[in-house]
Amino acid sequence: MKFRIVAGVFASIVGGILIVIVLFLGIYAWPAMRFNGFHFLVHNSWSLGSLYGNPITVHGVEILPGARYDILFLIVGTLLSTLIAVSLAVPLGVGSAMFLAEGVPGPMRPWFSFFVELLAAIPSVVYGLWGYVVVIPFLGHYVFPFLAKWLGFIPIFSGPTGSGYGLLTAGLVLTLMIVPLITATLRDALVNQPVGTREGALALGASRFETLWNVLLPDTRSVLIGSSILATGRALGETMAVLMVSGNALNYLPSNIYTPISTMAAFIVSQLDSALQDPTGMAVRSLAEVALVLCLISIIVNSLARILIHYRGRQTVRTI
Amino acid sequence: MATTAAHAYSAPINTSGEWIVRRRIFNYLGWGLTALAFVLLGSAMVWILVMVFMRGAGSLNFSVITQVTQGIGGGLLNAIEGTVVLALGGILLAIPPGLATGIYLSEFDGGFFAPTIRFLSDVLVGVPSIVIGYFGYVTMVEYLGWKFSVAAGSISLAIIALPYICRTSEMAIRQVPRGLREAGYALGATEAKVITRICLPMALPTIMTGVLLALAISVGETAPLLYTAGWSNYLWNGHLTNEPIGYLTYAIWAFITEPFESAHGLAYAAAFLVTLFVLIINIVSRVVLERSVIWRGQRR
Repeated sequence: MKFRIVAGVFASIVGGILIVIVLFLGIYAWPAMRFNGFHFLVHNSWSLGSLYGNPITVHGVEILPGARYDILFLIVGTLLSTLIAVSLAVPLGVGSAMFLAEGVPGPMRPWFSFFVELLAAIPSVVYGLWGYVVVIPFLGHYVFPFLAKWLGFIPIFSGPTGSGYGLLTAGLVLTLMIVPLITATLRDALVNQPVGTREGALALGASRFETLWNVLLPDTRSVLIGSSILATGRALGETMAVLMVSGNALNYLPSNIYTPISTMAAFIVSQLDSALQDPTGMAVRSLAEVALVLCLISIIVNSLARILIHYRGRQTVRTI
Repeated sequence: MATTAAHAYSAPINTSGEWIVRRRIFNYLGWGLTALAFVLLGSAMVWILVMVFMRGAGSLNFSVITQVTQGIGGGLLNAIEGTVVLALGGILLAIPPGLATGIYLSEFDGGFFAPTIRFLSDVLVGVPSIVIGYFGYVTMVEYLGWKFSVAAGSISLAIIALPYICRTSEMAIRQVPRGLREAGYALGATEAKVITRICLPMALPTIMTGVLLALAISVGETAPLLYTAGWSNYLWNGHLTNEPIGYLTYAIWAFITEPFESAHGLAYAAAFLVTLFVLIINIVSRVVLERSVIWRGQRR
């Protein structure tokens, strides 16, 4: 009985951490929330103000003259890069999961899947390095001009292609980082489909691909939705890789798919050093508000995925 | 026209040449596209590995692992030492609560408490690591006044590793057959004895792989350390607080953006070391897991 209590105390620590994180970020960011108000989410103006001016008091909070902390461009950048990543990762994930579940000859299957799952093991900063050193020059020199030439009639693909840093690059790197989550989960679900269903379809004369596409895949729909939402959550919060390939835009919205952007997570890293120069501390508190918004978004997204998987999927989802 | 059951049954099987050709195209196209998806992912993986290992091997030399960083050159000994200290510290801090929570969730499931904890821990996995890093900055670096330090960095890493350890221990302990537990109880063992003497030893290989994977994640993390551990060109002097410490992932990020060849070399070398370590851990734990699955299968 004592044992149970000790384990329970530890368990409540684990559960409590999440609550403590939200609570502390909230308390720390509270003055910033009072100052920024709702503008925070709908305007584009992040500026520390005049660092040499005397602090003034607005709404009972001390700030530097001219300081504004509004992050619409971060929210847009985060959502758009995630949107690109997820819309590319879902077809890639479904395709590769189908291939790994049924297409690869039997004994090689675990090792082929393992190879794809290793994509999830590569650290974020190594993706960033790869993106920075190899992918950006490649995309900037060859792929983006090509895309602009042939897809230029679609507004978002036209216009200046920039140097390779930007929305599409961030989206592509994010795609690779989240795909293994979808692939691994969906592959497990496909492999675990009841043998009877498969044999039934084959007995009716369906080919192996027809069985896979028409019978096995539709049954894993909720697993696919759940893992895609989890992947979305991961893309929203990815930091280092995005920081190194997104171009770290400040205060403007993307005009086409090649425009530099920044995301909430990357912005926290790139701005904390300069925010520390603010003697009133409001910039650091506003960054805490960014972290809080990001945290709440990811909590919502992840809760949604978990609830969906719990009630609909009944299959274990790998977190890798 | 309404399709009745009789109508559907009496419909002849479509054996026209055109239909067969269409099916064949659908099949080939389908397999082709799925294979393409796999090939795209696989070649990206190969591309990353080739880049990291080619450039990394080119910049590795003896001084990288024997000297400390001097400005934009020197070696990475301080960063290697820091990564080891931070990651081991994080894991050691995460194991006791993670394992205890895993035990609780697997053995005392049901009711309201255990599912809530499991849910919170699952959601914690999804919280971006930079948020945890910022939380560490606000609480430990600023509020507790630890400055950039080993303690702040390790605790941030522990928070990240915790849900992984907790999840794998729960899964591992759950797999221990019920009969073994009942045999233990029948012999008069207490709850604590059954768990520590029967369940834990059996689940140990799987728990260890979970811990190893969490270690790999800790070694590869950057975002939570940037504003909790800081960076230092010197070897760690043993202080837990008030002393920043270097780590390899920082070297990758910071040195690749410097305009100097020697800095790039350090970044590639650091990427090589981190990737190699992470890959080895992943491969080892996968082999252990496959073995244990086979082993269980034969025993049954």
